[in-house]
Amino acid sequence: MNFDFSDDQKFLRDEARKFLEAQCTTAHVREVLDDDSKSHNENVWKQIVEMGWLGAAIPEEYGGLGLGMLELCVIAEELGRALAPVPFGSSAFFFAEALKLAGSEEQKSTLLPKIADGSLIGCIAVSEGPGEIKPGSIATRFANGAVTGKKIPVTDGDVATHAVALVKDGSGESLVIVDLDQDGVSRQSIKTLEPTRSHATISFDGAAAELLGEAGNGMSLLDQINDRAAVLIAFEQLGGASRCLEMANAYAKERVAFGRAIGGNQAIKHKLADMYVKNEVARSNAYYGAWALSSNAAELPEAAAAARVAASEAFWFASKENIQTHGGMGFTWEVDCHLFYRRAKLLAVQAGSPAVWKEKLVSALEAKND
Amino acid sequence: MDFNDTPEEAEFRAEAHAFLSQHLEPKTPGALRAGGRDDFLARAKSWQKIKAEGGFAQITWPKEMGGRGGTVMQQVIWGQEEGKFDAPTGPFAIGLGMCIPTVIAFGSDAHKQRYVQKALMGEEVWCQLFSEPAAGSDVAGLKTKAVKDGDDWVINGQKVWTSGAHYSDYGLLLVRTDPNVPKHKGLTMFIVDMKQQGVEVRPIHQASGGKEFNEVYFTDVRIPDADRLGDPGMGWKVALVTLMNERLAVGGSPGPDWKEIMDYARSAGTISDQAFREKLADWYVAAQGYKLTKFRTQTALSRGETPGPENSIGKIINANHLQDICNSAIEMQDHYGLIMDKDEAPANAIFQESFMWAPGLRIAGGTDEILKNIIAERVLGLPQDVRVDKDKTFAEMN
Repeated sequence: MNFDFSDDQKFLRDEARKFLEAQCTTAHVREVLDDDSKSHNENVWKQIVEMGWLGAAIPEEYGGLGLGMLELCVIAEELGRALAPVPFGSSAFFFAEALKLAGSEEQKSTLLPKIADGSLIGCIAVSEGPGEIKPGSIATRFANGAVTGKKIPVTDGDVATHAVALVKDGSGESLVIVDLDQDGVSRQSIKTLEPTRSHATISFDGAAAELLGEAGNGMSLLDQINDRAAVLIAFEQLGGASRCLEMANAYAKERVAFGRAIGGNQAIKHKLADMYVKNEVARSNAYYGAWALSSNAAELPEAAAAARVAASEAFWFASKENIQTHGGMGFTWEVDCHLFYRRAKLLAVQAGSPAVWKEKLVSALEAKND
Repeated sequence: MDFNDTPEEAEFRAEAHAFLSQHLEPKTPGALRAGGRDDFLARAKSWQKIKAEGGFAQITWPKEMGGRGGTVMQQVIWGQEEGKFDAPTGPFAIGLGMCIPTVIAFGSDAHKQRYVQKALMGEEVWCQLFSEPAAGSDVAGLKTKAVKDGDDWVINGQKVWTSGAHYSDYGLLLVRTDPNVPKHKGLTMFIVDMKQQGVEVRPIHQASGGKEFNEVYFTDVRIPDADRLGDPGMGWKVALVTLMNERLAVGGSPGPDWKEIMDYARSAGTISDQAFREKLADWYVAAQGYKLTKFRTQTALSRGETPGPENSIGKIINANHLQDICNSAIEMQDHYGLIMDKDEAPANAIFQESFMWAPGLRIAGGTDEILKNIIAERVLGLPQDVRVDKDKTFAEMN
């Protein structure tokens, strides 16, 4: 039984945490929050690029560090703890994984090295309106190498240089890669409830694009990309949820009401114990997702779904009850609780809401037990 | 990451499995709580003897005590393998898991010679007598008293929720010997002969309808001072050693899980209900959370590390989970869900049986609330609950 990270992976985690605790504090996160013109924290991003984290799971032949998916999971958890205001997930979890999964040799050898060295920032453009993405509901069209339509919201869409977009074409739904620096693309920032990760509306008007994977295979590829991203995001969520418990715990010991620390009251103790239980359930499910992802296991669909459902619940619960534990202070702009509440919601809906993933999970269990 | 044994672990697992296959039948599906029957006790005694002679009883005990001198990891592996077979282990879980380790820790050489081997060979069964009607979660508030009379102590009082008292030969008995000090300081631990005059065992008729636990009444029961474990007034310290072993001894929950309710919903044609599907996903996630957390604990053991506090979440998840699943299954069956007749009810009434058992599971071995206090205080370091009796003597409070 070896159901934990290795010593090397734990060393990477410790180093990442040290760096982020020094260079990516919530004061750094707030630089993006309080300035509408900032899409991300450029200094943090620059240093992350220099450390090679974006290429952690990109093979050396494509310019990466060639470490592996477990290492990327470790990094994801630390970025989640720090609420890192950078387009890391969009580029490394979605765009790079999409390329690794479905890219042609030429696409991989052209684009992956640029992701690793930070000269390309990727994002994924799927949503067009409220509700779950379903075949048939996609209005963005792709024909003769050109894409036309509107994607909203696209996480990190205003800082990204390239997008993977879900489109409709003659074969059904397909994925395409679009260079966002061209005349046929216009972008506008859109206000969301999570401003520390920027979001955009991207309009395509006959923009040049190329297929990623086979035409007509878009929904299936998107599912597979989301399975991979879901595990990585689960670690990000886990990092955020752990921080919420730490914050609530510290405050409960320090805040005095009715003559003693509020953490001595069972209503608070049991709330925090519930947080702890949910976080541990999320951690164990995330580890299983990491195992499935790193070993290309057939169990990945249900492992990813369980990891995502558990982590979304844990981060949601921890972020809202962290505010509650802080009382009135928790509802002020100056106290950091709301930063986690915002991030928890972004990560819970970014690749499909928990209800969508619960359905995916049950479908996978049904198929497996036929 | 992988789920494989180390070569040494695999070797031990194979050895354990071979031994088990030689003596036992694989577990039959749907078999629930089999405790309490006469033939079960006889089978349990016989299996315990076979295990002890084969060197598989008490894996972690030192060899001079009749154990294997093995590692905690080997104990875990043995538990996993034994769990695959229809092994009648129940009657010895408390004695060998909790009582005898306490005798080893605090007993005289004469005690060890008299009791350890007999228990190990399945000849004598033990029970634990701590809880009382007015001392459950706050067990140190117990009232059964012992008064010194010559070389004996005279015991009067009542214990409750004693598993296996009706077939036990000996018990570990915690009593009050000094009411004029704070509650924790006036307790003393004894070994008691359960078959002697003045010990009366009455089965408790549980809310579930079963009779698996007992009340035990002590009326002028005499215990020689030589059968005291630890000094007078030191009983709480002795009890903590016993209870420390309880979390290890209390196993997983027997009963239906996500797979059983999914199978039932498919056969009943209700699997497509959206609300049910969302709940099913939550149950799967919780069950996996429990199982995989045990894997993390096992990994720490396998690496020779001390497991972290993550294992403390197990019973909180399990008990609520079981209750919730059974409740949903019954509601899914609508009015018909009331039926407990095994021949008539769907799935041999496993959901109804466990529905009635689940409230007890949320209380036994530490209530949900006490377990959350333990997580809050020992894992998260939050302040202890207010204890108004802390600096008062037991007599002042009662």
